[in-house]
Amino acid sequence: MDPIKNKIQNTSKETRQDLYGRIISYSCIILIVVVVLSIFFFVASKGIATFTINHVNLWNFLSGKNWNPAVTDDSGHAELGALPMIVGSFGVTFLAALFATPFAVGTALYMTEIASHRDEKFLQSVVELLVGIPSVVYGFIGLSVVVPFIRHHFGGSGYGILSGAIVLFVMVLPTITSMTVDSLRAVPRFYKEASLALGATKWQTIYKVILRAATSGILTAIIFGMARAFGEALAVQMVIGNNAVMPKGLFSSASTLTSVLTMGIGNTVMGTVSNNALWSLALILLLMSLVFNIIVRLIGRKGRMQS
Amino acid sequence: MKTKVENQVALAIIRLIAILVVVILAFLLGDILLAGVPHISWHFLTAPSQSFTSGGGIGIQLFNSIYLLVLTLIISFPISLGAGIFLAEYAPKNFLTAIVRMAIEVLSSLPSVVVGLFGFLLFVVQLKMGFSILSGAIALTFFNLPLLTRNIEESLAAVPTLQREAGMALGLSKWRTVTRIILPEALPGIITGVVLGAGRVFGEAAALIYTAGQSATNIDFTQWNPLNSASPLNMMRPAETLAVHIWKINSEGVMPDANAVSAGSSAVLIIAVLLFNLLARVLGNALYRKLTASKTN
Amino acid sequence: MTISKYDLSQTAILPLKQKDRELALKTQNLQVFYGKNQAIFGENLAFERFKITSLIGASGSGKSTFLRSLNRMNDGIARVTGKIFYRGLDINSQNINVYEVRKHIGMVFQRPNPFSKSIRDNITFALRQNGLKDKEQLAASVESSLKDAALWDEVKDELDKSAWALSGGQQQRLCIARTIAMKPDILLLDEPASALDPISTSKIEETLVELKQKYTIIIVTHNMQQASRISDYTAFFHLGHIIEYDKTKHIFTNPRIQATNDYISGNFG
Ligand SMILES: Nc1ncnc2c1ncn2[C@@H]1O[C@H](COP(=O)(O)OP(=O)(O)O)[C@@H](O)[C@H]1O
Ligand SMILES: [Mg+2]
Repeated sequence: MDPIKNKIQNTSKETRQDLYGRIISYSCIILIVVVVLSIFFFVASKGIATFTINHVNLWNFLSGKNWNPAVTDDSGHAELGALPMIVGSFGVTFLAALFATPFAVGTALYMTEIASHRDEKFLQSVVELLVGIPSVVYGFIGLSVVVPFIRHHFGGSGYGILSGAIVLFVMVLPTITSMTVDSLRAVPRFYKEASLALGATKWQTIYKVILRAATSGILTAIIFGMARAFGEALAVQMVIGNNAVMPKGLFSSASTLTSVLTMGIGNTVMGTVSNNALWSLALILLLMSLVFNIIVRLIGRKGRMQS
Repeated sequence: MKTKVENQVALAIIRLIAILVVVILAFLLGDILLAGVPHISWHFLTAPSQSFTSGGGIGIQLFNSIYLLVLTLIISFPISLGAGIFLAEYAPKNFLTAIVRMAIEVLSSLPSVVVGLFGFLLFVVQLKMGFSILSGAIALTFFNLPLLTRNIEESLAAVPTLQREAGMALGLSKWRTVTRIILPEALPGIITGVVLGAGRVFGEAAALIYTAGQSATNIDFTQWNPLNSASPLNMMRPAETLAVHIWKINSEGVMPDANAVSAGSSAVLIIAVLLFNLLARVLGNALYRKLTASKTN
Repeated sequence: MTISKYDLSQTAILPLKQKDRELALKTQNLQVFYGKNQAIFGENLAFERFKITSLIGASGSGKSTFLRSLNRMNDGIARVTGKIFYRGLDINSQNINVYEVRKHIGMVFQRPNPFSKSIRDNITFALRQNGLKDKEQLAASVESSLKDAALWDEVKDELDKSAWALSGGQQQRLCIARTIAMKPDILLLDEPASALDPISTSKIEETLVELKQKYTIIIVTHNMQQASRISDYTAFFHLGHIIEYDKTKHIFTNPRIQATNDYISGNFG
């Protein structure tokens, strides 16, 4: 019998290689999905316990202004109001985004529209280095530079929302910048050329054509930056003062979801109300990160529909 | 006329902003290096830390950081490789794949403190692994997986389809084509990504505070049996890393020279990150040149 | 769907009289679909052994699609129905080992695609994957396949050089060498010279004419001079249909279908 004909009709080692290749790659991806699911499962099941086991009212938890897990009120419930931390987290996040956006967009515009190739490369490296600096180092600089500066010029302890926002500003700046650069680069060249050919100045072209075409990309970049700021723990915790009370202003000591978590988990006993309450804060963080993801998707979809 | 002036002013402001960003980085680097580098000495890099007196070093923390990094890469690289290959080569274009991609995206955007808390809950508490290097390495793996996977997927996808067809047309299996032809060609990009990721892992602290722990137990550098509890290689010992050390002494440090130790440690951390950046570029370029070499390969 | 001014049902396909075992390959009612779009409409074609057959036709007429179906390179890209007979087997059926099919029906692509390995490794890689370990046999195979592909004299002193350092024409001949090192029965080439300069092109043409002593060659080309210079048979494709198939000299001197005539005389619309 024809040996080649025989081979063609039977399996070979390639058949086996492809089988185990499939098994290996599918297993790896399944493992990652299982990790993501178990993170949600574990954090959610712990975070819900505050409401299901300790019977804390969800609305009181989200809107309460006093956070004293160790103190119980007349009805025997611990004082668990997470609003101070929620306000703190959103406060530093929005302020940081507010500070960072003009810098990020300006730098990105400089890189894509004005700079020479050499300057662009240089700024690219600057941005990459800023991304690479570890958050504890940002925290340390915040502690040794920003906090004393604010104490000196604005009074108070120097710890607070403003210090946190300044540190986060530098941390999210490179994130927003590099994503903005990508979205500016994606604007078709002929948009720009057409505008310039019609006699518009460079700035008019940037303002009316380029920024407009890149709007959804820039928004996405800002949301990504906010997600990073919202989830950042140590750098903020080092400069915000860690006082779980409603912030009285930008200069008074406050706290965020992440700062209370990092300080608290080690000092509470598993299974107690105070510990469960912390897991509820972790759950809020987790859900917020989902919300940021969803917003990014919505912006992306809208951007695609418009173009 | 007005538009011209407006144009000039606007462009000048954009320039100014870019200069400011450079100044910020220069200030950051300058501040850390000027304050920290004078404090770096052989003694500082090798001596154990002190809790209540000055003159402590960061020897154990430095070792812990490196060991944790190596372990993390050993665990996360193969998984990311498999997952990256799946996404670039095997993933069908369907709903399930979209879900998988979304899961990876979500994982990459989770706050690292949440990842650390999950590691604490599952490994430290439930599986009774305690504060340990292994718990820390697993937490860092979760932190590293999504970025590494995406980097590997992108590097593989950048290799032209033509190369896959070349392998398939010779009767090679798809797996061999991917692992022996496509993967080597994607290597420069993958190595760059791995090294940059390593820099991130090296500086990460939030995911470690409750997994690898916050104490640097004394280790005996003459004892290399991993099963011995004093061995540097023991994976079940708690291990404060350099980044965690910086956080720790700034939050509750009581040694008199806390500030100097922080500055020195920050400088070491920054220098390490700079080295990782440099290494990523050099390695990536060298590998790329080797692939396209005109002389020998 | 493009409307043709020609009647697509009017065809002239030369039936090869040889017994099946003297044919290298034969398709029967071959249809190819990209999703809902049909690209090949039930074609029957037989290829004689140790001959060169050219597939010609306008761009988009389905030549590549047809060729890639012959060694199952369209698996996972397109849906291919109908039969392809090779050694008496329908290789377009489920239980066929496609890897083995491709080892015996090799393919060279339009753009050179050497591996990012040395010249030597480009040739030995697949052989070693196939279990050939012996150094001398490997070396002999490198030499003979490079000689067959008319590349040996140019590279014999620098076999360890990266294949990507070769010129485009050399890379393409290396790809041919790599394919024939597997000792296939059939060589499929998809416009192998279209990306190359005239000198490289003529070298490849010479190579192919030499190679037909050992291999059956099926080549897609949009270059009609090339088809008439080197091939024994020619098939003319139009909008996914094979309109005419005959000895090359008949096709170019005395086509029977109007569409073919228009195409080869250059007033194709
Ligand atoms: N990968 C593909 N996906 C979808 N359609 C394709 C693909 N490749 C080719 N086609 C379509 O099939 C038809 C035939 O193309 P092709 O075989 O490449 O023609 P030729 O090689 O003669 O230029 C064309 O209409 C083309 O658009
Ligand atoms: Mg073609």
